[in-house]
Amino acid sequence: MKRQTGMTLIVKTITRLTVWLIILYGFYIILHGHLTPGGGFGGGVIIALAFLNVLLAYGREFTDKWLKISFLEKLESLSIILFLLLGITALLAGKLFLENFIGKGHLYHLLSAGTIPVFNIIIGIKVAMSLFLVIWILSGLKLEEGEEA
Amino acid sequence: MILPFYIIIPLFTAFLISLIGGKKDYAAVIFSVISVFSLVCLSLYGFFIGGRQILVYRMSAWDIPVGINLVQDSLSSFVLVMISIISLTSVLFSIQYIRHLSQDWKYYALFMLLLSGMNGVVLTGDLFNLFVFMEIALIAAFSLVAYGGRAEEYEAAFKYAVMGSVSSTLILVGIAVTYCSTSTLTLALIAERLPALNTKVVYWIGGLFMAGFGLKTAAMPFHAWLPDAHSSAPAPISSMLSGVLIKALGIYVLIRIFFNVLGAPELFMRIFMVLGTVSIIIGVFLAIGQWDMKRLLAYHSISQIGYILLGLGLATPLGILGAIFHMFNHAIFKGLLFYNAGAVEMALGTRNLKNLGNISKLLPVTSGTSMIASLSISGIPPFNGFFSKLIIIIAAIKSGHPVYAFLAVVGSILTLASFMKVQRYGFHGDRVIETKQTNVGLAMNGAMITLAVLCLVTSLMIVPGIKESILDPVIAVILNKTQYIQMVMGR
Repeated sequence: MKRQTGMTLIVKTITRLTVWLIILYGFYIILHGHLTPGGGFGGGVIIALAFLNVLLAYGREFTDKWLKISFLEKLESLSIILFLLLGITALLAGKLFLENFIGKGHLYHLLSAGTIPVFNIIIGIKVAMSLFLVIWILSGLKLEEGEEA
Repeated sequence: MILPFYIIIPLFTAFLISLIGGKKDYAAVIFSVISVFSLVCLSLYGFFIGGRQILVYRMSAWDIPVGINLVQDSLSSFVLVMISIISLTSVLFSIQYIRHLSQDWKYYALFMLLLSGMNGVVLTGDLFNLFVFMEIALIAAFSLVAYGGRAEEYEAAFKYAVMGSVSSTLILVGIAVTYCSTSTLTLALIAERLPALNTKVVYWIGGLFMAGFGLKTAAMPFHAWLPDAHSSAPAPISSMLSGVLIKALGIYVLIRIFFNVLGAPELFMRIFMVLGTVSIIIGVFLAIGQWDMKRLLAYHSISQIGYILLGLGLATPLGILGAIFHMFNHAIFKGLLFYNAGAVEMALGTRNLKNLGNISKLLPVTSGTSMIASLSISGIPPFNGFFSKLIIIIAAIKSGHPVYAFLAVVGSILTLASFMKVQRYGFHGDRVIETKQTNVGLAMNGAMITLAVLCLVTSLMIVPGIKESILDPVIAVILNKTQYIQMVMGR
């Protein structure tokens, strides 16, 4: 029997409507990481879950085309390199590793708290990509035979 | 100023390799060789020029009770030199050996993660940070053990992962107890606050860490994962695991916690000695019956770790001198022995001693260096293993433990017996073998010769004059708990 790709039309429609809302909420959590509870890790998990919704509703082939998995892999490696480079930039500015080297701004403003929002964004990308790619690789294994699909 | 670079360099290289990726491994090889070589230079610089005083680095400029600090004292820089020397030879050895298996950059990325985890464990001055770096190193190690992709390798990796997770859970509970009773995770502050507390707290913390890090060290009752994991991994990884991982994650942390933080409590020193002696004897008895060369070497790791634990448990300056000296020496000769086993396996397709014969003509460098390493591990002068074992045995007699000293001598004789078996059947047997499948290349031979030379050179560390400048500062750091606290707190 040929495996049916994805779930029913109802699930697909609901997913299509909600996926961008979930991603938007993830971005909100990441960008407000220095102001409200949450941050890079929590927001990243939410974005990964949005991608997981698409994977569950539409199946592997569509998700591969929609997301370009190889690009996500590159983005995952790039994010940690950016993190380290930002840390080294602080060294070049005469500060300690990972220390804040730009202005701190006003309390409770979106653009405040120095480099922390930047680190939050990088961590968000890293967590979202890592979690989703782990699920992606695990979903590619056939449980009965233990071989790659 | 140099402290964060021990972690930045390998971490950066790991993700640079995975970013560039591609089908072949050329870029990965070049980047990892550059990175490991720069780590060797950095650690030697830190040891000889920068390492006369304790360096403390506050990550992102947060002060000590709040932030994470990196600490480099003589003990850390000693272990860092050991890690970087073994990893340089391991990468050189890997180039040909891993191409023999597959041409994949993933190996090098995982190797660099393993290295950054170990460097982080050795440098950090924060208990939870230590746990995080330990997990980085362990998860990389699990995947590297399974790298060959055969059924028994997956089994070994799974067993290792289960045992590793059990020990990590014990350590995490220990960290929770520590934090609950002292309200801090900075090692120096814990050391400062513990004496004021109930002694039962020390026993709880010590017991949990003893079991947790004892599993990582693979001392005798906790050893079950080691022979499988270390014999199934690719040879350069076996030498990394056996040579430095069980020391950076096990012995180093045991020294740091039990000597610098807990202040060498009497009860645990006695446990160290008993576990060490049991490991020496049972490890070598299990080793002597093995016919698989790498499995035999893996059981010997348990036995040699026993010597280090025995020396530490004596808690006299002489015993600790023997322990740290043997730790360095064991990294050198056990790494070399695993390279020999890997070279034999690659060239002849087998590492079963029963199928080997006289290969001294066929693989002259491999059999020559394996002879040096065998003499070294069995404790034959003038090689390094002789001096460190001798110091441990003398220290045991001097501090009034003649039974332990006797058992250590028995263990050493049995070690000699089992390596005579390796030489007799594996390298100088009756059956002359004349054909080999693959040539052992220049880089592999270079790695083996480097370590063989170091087997002789490191025995110079015990010469008066050199000993005062290299080993004595390390002993001073281990034995002086208050000095560690004061230097880290900057008083």
